[in-house]
This record gives sequence, C-alpha cells and structure tokens, in this order.
Amino acid sequence: MNKAVNPNDLKPQDDVGPLYSAHKKVYPQSVSGTFRRIKWELMAVCLGIYYLLPFVRWNRGLGAPDQAVLIDLPNRRFYFFFIELWPQEVYYFTGLLILAAVILFLMNSIGGRIWCGYLCPQTVWTDLYFAVERLIEGDRRERMKKDASSGPMKLRRMSEIVLKHSIWLLIAWWTGGALVLYFDDAPTLVKQLATFQAPMVAYVWIGILTTTTYLLAGFMREQICTYMCPWPRIQAALTDEWALNVTYRYDRGEQRTSLKKAAELRARGEKVGDCVDCNQCVAVCPTGIDIRNGPQLECIQCGLCIDACDNVMKKINRSTGLIGYDNDINIERRQAGQLPVYRIVRPRTLIYTAVIVLVGGLMLYTLATRSLLEVNVLHDRNPVAVRLSDGSIRNGYTIRLLNKRGFDRVIAIDVDGPTAATVHIVGVDSVTPDRPMIVIGRDQTSELRVLVTAPSESNPEQSVPVRFHVTDIGLGEVASATDNFVSP
Amino acid sequence: MTDHSEIDSVSGTSTTGHEWDGLKELNTPLPRWWVITFYLTIIWSIGYWVVYPAWPLLASNTVGIWNYSSRADVGVELANLEKIRGDKMAALATAPLANIEKDPALLALARAKGKVVFGDNCAPCHGTGATGSKGYPNLNDDDWLWGGTLDQIMETVQYGARSGHAKAHEGQMLAFGKDGVLKAEEIATVANHVRSLAGLPTRQGYDAKAGAKIFADNCVACHGEQGKGNQELGAPNLTDKIWLYGSDEASLIDTITNGRSGVMPAWEGRLDPATIKAMAVYVHSLGGGK
Repeated sequence: MNKAVNPNDLKPQDDVGPLYSAHKKVYPQSVSGTFRRIKWELMAVCLGIYYLLPFVRWNRGLGAPDQAVLIDLPNRRFYFFFIELWPQEVYYFTGLLILAAVILFLMNSIGGRIWCGYLCPQTVWTDLYFAVERLIEGDRRERMKKDASSGPMKLRRMSEIVLKHSIWLLIAWWTGGALVLYFDDAPTLVKQLATFQAPMVAYVWIGILTTTTYLLAGFMREQICTYMCPWPRIQAALTDEWALNVTYRYDRGEQRTSLKKAAELRARGEKVGDCVDCNQCVAVCPTGIDIRNGPQLECIQCGLCIDACDNVMKKINRSTGLIGYDNDINIERRQAGQLPVYRIVRPRTLIYTAVIVLVGGLMLYTLATRSLLEVNVLHDRNPVAVRLSDGSIRNGYTIRLLNKRGFDRVIAIDVDGPTAATVHIVGVDSVTPDRPMIVIGRDQTSELRVLVTAPSESNPEQSVPVRFHVTDIGLGEVASATDNFVSP
Repeated sequence: MTDHSEIDSVSGTSTTGHEWDGLKELNTPLPRWWVITFYLTIIWSIGYWVVYPAWPLLASNTVGIWNYSSRADVGVELANLEKIRGDKMAALATAPLANIEKDPALLALARAKGKVVFGDNCAPCHGTGATGSKGYPNLNDDDWLWGGTLDQIMETVQYGARSGHAKAHEGQMLAFGKDGVLKAEEIATVANHVRSLAGLPTRQGYDAKAGAKIFADNCVACHGEQGKGNQELGAPNLTDKIWLYGSDEASLIDTITNGRSGVMPAWEGRLDPATIKAMAVYVHSLGGGK
C-alpha cells in the first residue's frame, strides 16, 4: 500500500525488499454521523431483504409453489413474485446483468464507488463483523492494546475471543442458511434443517457459505477489495474528472497545523489550513488508508472519514466538509478563487441513463408482451416425405407446445398447409376432424407428432410453407410456427 | 550483480533495481497470504500426483495410492441405468400390446427403445429412417405386404417372412418365365396388363384381352381378381402407387420371369419379447400403421 513518504526515508535500501508484504491489521474506530447512519440503514435493508425474502409468500394457485422468490432447479423454473421464467427465457437474466453493470457505471460517474462503500456484500458483512468485534473487544485503542499485549492470556480475554468467533460463525452460518432457502420451500426446509432431514446438498452449501462469509468478513476484509476484486480496477477506468469522490479538500486543509500552533500563526497573520492532523480520518478507515493522500485504489469510499472529520471540525468550531464528496476540478477552482461547479448531468451520465432506460424498458416490454403459449415445430428428417399407396404425400412433424400458465388449458391446433391437406395428430382423437384439440397441463410442455397428407394432384414440385396455429380455446391466446411441406 | 534499487520519489515505493531503457519497475510485492496460498496450491497438486493417476509411463501410467479409476464409476452408473431400464422394460413387457399406444409414457418408452433397436437390427435393409429401398419395404407408408395393424406388424417382426421359422409368413412370387409357365411375349403382355391395373400407361398395341386372360389364369390366385393383393400370402396390391421392385415394364418382366421371394428374418429368440413389442409399436407409429 502506498503511504505518505517522509522525505528523510528517501534513501537507497540495501536489500531488494521482501518477496511479499506482511499484512497490516486494520483497527477501525467507531464513528457517528450522517454517513454512518446511512450505512447502518442500508445494512439493515440489505440484510433484511437477504434473510427474510425467502419467507415471503405469493399465491400462484393450487399445486404451484407459493414462495415469492424461488429458484426451482429440479423443475427448472425461476419464480419472482408474479413472474415465472423458464430456462429458455434466460435472456432476462442477461438483461438484468447488463442493467446491473450500467447502473454501476452510472453510480460511479455520479458518486464514485457507491456500490463498494455502501452496498457490496463484502462491505456490508465486514461492517457487521466490525460491529460485533467492537461490541465485544472494545474500540480501536482497546483492540490494538489487547492484540499487542504479550504474556499468558487471561480468562476474560479468552472468553472474549471465543464469543466473538462464535457470533461471527453464527452470522456466517445464518448467511449460508438463508442462501439455500432461495432454492426450496423455505419453511419446509427450515424444519428439515432443524431435524437434520434436509438434503445433503443443503448442508454442503451452508457449509461453503459459512466458511466463505467467516473468512472473507472476519479475516480477509479489505484484502478482498484491494487484491481480489476487479471492480476497483475497472472503476478507475470508468471515472472522469467530474465524478464526485470522497475527497480531502487540500485547498482548505493544507498546511496541516495543530490547533495551538494555528492560533499562533493566525495571530501573526499567516495563512494556515483547517486540517489539525488529528488522524481521526485514518483511525476510522476500514481499509486503513489516509484519505489525505488523494484518490487511491484501496479507498472503498464509505464516507466514514467524512463523519470523523466533521465531528472534529464541529468540536473546534470550524466549518464541516473538510473531507466530502468532491473532485479535483472544484479544488482547483476554489484555489483560483472561483465557485465550485457540480455537474451531475453530462454526456456520460446521460448515456448511462439512456442505456438503463432502454434496456429496462425493453425488458419490461418483452416481459409484458411475452406469450405464455408457445409452439415449436421440427420437420421429420428421415424420411422427409412419404408417398402413400394412393399416390398422396405425407410429411411428418414434431410439434412442441408450451403452456407457461399456472392452469390446464385446452388448445386447438390448426394446420394451414397445401390445399386439400388432411391432418392427423398421433394419439389425438378429435371430435372436429380438422381441428384437433388437446389438453396441456399447467406449467408443462407437450410433444405431438403431426402427420400432414396432401393429395398428389395438389402437390406442387417445390415445397410449400405449413403454418401450425395453436389457439387457447378459453383465453383466445394464439401462437404459431412455420415449416415446409415437401415432396419425395 | 550490483543492486540498483532505490526509492521512487513520486510514489515512495522502492524499485526492483531492474532497468530497461530508462524504465524502472516499482517493487510492489504481493500480500503474504496470497504468496502462501500460491505455495499451498502447489503442495496440493503434489497430493494429486500421489493419490490419483498422474504420470504417464512408457506403456501405462502411475495409478496413485487411492487406486482411483473412473471406469469403476462408469460401471456403477451403467448398472444403475440397467436397473432403471429393467423396471421400465418390465412394465412394457407386461402391458397388453393394444394399450401401449394409449399410455403416453409407455408409448414414449417404446418409441425410444424401438428406434435404437431398429437402428441396430433393421436399418441395414430398411434404412435408418425405415424408408426401405428396392426389395425392402418402406415402413413409413400405408402399404403393407403382411398387414399394417399392430398385431400384424408384431407377428411379422417376431416370425419374419420366408425366414424358415415355423410360424413365418409364407408365399412366393413364382418364377413364371424361368420355370417355363409363361412364354416371353405372354410375360410382356401380362406386365402391361398389370401396369393398366395401376393406371399406368401401357405399350402401344398390347393385347389387353390376352393380358387379362393371362392374369386371370395365373395371378388372381394370389393377387385377387382386381389385383388388390392378399396380405395372407404377402401378395402386394398391384393397383396402388407403391412398387417394391419397380413399376416400369422391364422391372415387371424381370419380376414375372424370375419371381420374388424377399426374406424378413424372424426376430423371436434374437430380441426379447419386450423389445419386439417396442419395435412393433415403433414401426406402427411411424405413420403408416393401420
């Protein structure tokens, strides 16, 4: 990690340095303020949704799952409140991923790493783990002292450590437990898990998620963001000079001067900065950096240094906002005696918004107008056509009907092909000869073999198109598919 | 080697001491946990060499101390599959033939099984799509030598035709020319008569009356007075559009002169009863079944 350099240290070293850099443990101090409150609230919302959503019910009628959000892998269905998706509609997830990416870009071009600082699971869970750690082991100074103390461990210290890790593991286990609830009926699975009757795969996944949560939020913490996550690297390429980032306003802060010395210098009429070098911004930082070194890769822009600095500024009766959401343009403008300019609306943000509206609108449109009745057709390959004893020609097709509604439906099949053609659907005896009807069960597909026979006189040399129209007798919903009728 | 490492004045980080045309490299080492994880993966991979098959030898490979082989897993999987198949095929074996097509699950099973077995056993003569060729009937159409009902197809598959099996279909197209029953011009005349039965054009100046007479004297016993054939004897319908050996005059003369007696082997004893059932259902469901 880059550190502020003392010019005295700028002398050649004898060795080439170690092969690796040792991990410096970060001890963030507790802080209160606007951004801390926002972070608590967002944490409550995010964790609340994650842990409780599987228990929300949604009535889909008899026989259908009544869980609002359910990924039903065995039956290959995804349920989201009123939406039910089949595997062939996986493009909606592609759309969601595109939306998610562009929303991240937009966030980034407006307010920097909003995702990293407030919403990322790594941040949320690490923050929760910090809260537990602080509650049990005390604040920054106490924790540093306890970790540094040598000698035999006291019982009280040992019980603290055991308690901390137990609560961490409990949270981690609950995290894994909540994940598996998205894949099966939650209340049933909870009962099964409690009585050790749940499927093995559920326990395996809870185990995996427990391990990752415990390791990532308890031990890896900022290392994930600094070394493992690609997003800090990507966002560095996405940002521009107008994007607001958590910034130390060095135009106002420098020269850093202690409170006492500042009073002396002021008395002599010299210019001094507002930063009193109290290091509170460093103490509260969950990634252990100094925001006063400028924008840096490790900064997740959680805004806690803003809270810490504002608290100090209030105490010493200076105006707040020495650290705040800002950019270099404004710092330079202020240095030049100009008013700061905030430009949220610019081509970049407009384009991102347009893409979001376009993709979101397209997805909503296709979702709203998608057909819940579908038909696919596949022409027989071998033989493509059969000549019958009376000289007429028969073509065979396999059609697959998809009923994506939650109830059984009566579907009529009309075939529009060569003139005077007769249609026979294998296994379907119809009352109305030219309009066979079948019943398709709710949420099912049905494969049928359709034989179309045309008299030889009506049979042209080339192939003629054949349309398969399917109509829901009750709702009037229609779908169709086209293939060809060919001669031997 | 002289150490040229120095502290970079802009970043405050030391350099590696390497220099390429004036470019220096900052020394930003990986975190310790990362390096340790990397070494652990190497150690882990050594574990793989020890327990699993890994190193190729001249004629074989190291087997590893766990003696692991994916072939054993395949065996288990196949045994499982056979068990599942066995249960399903047992259901097929006990179901009455007429009921199989009415049960979608049994029909699907019979069609799937039948298709595979057809490919293995029947395709060499009848073609992979059961389209047949000269002398080998197309099983997709509605013209059947020995009957196209489910029971009749099953019987034909089981016992065959002229197969030597005691219950096989019998019936011969005699070699009227070779055996000296008809003379060459009589055969040509009756061949044209047969073409006329099917509505095909006849040779100019052929004696229709004589043709009818020869047909009545020699052919009606098997093919019937109208030439509609007889499925009991495997005598084809001569009035339709489907010709097993061709409908042109030369082919007809060849057929009448030398006779025809294609053989369909009996599959009883070679395929188990459930498979024969599946085969009959498959052929019946191709589209031409009665």
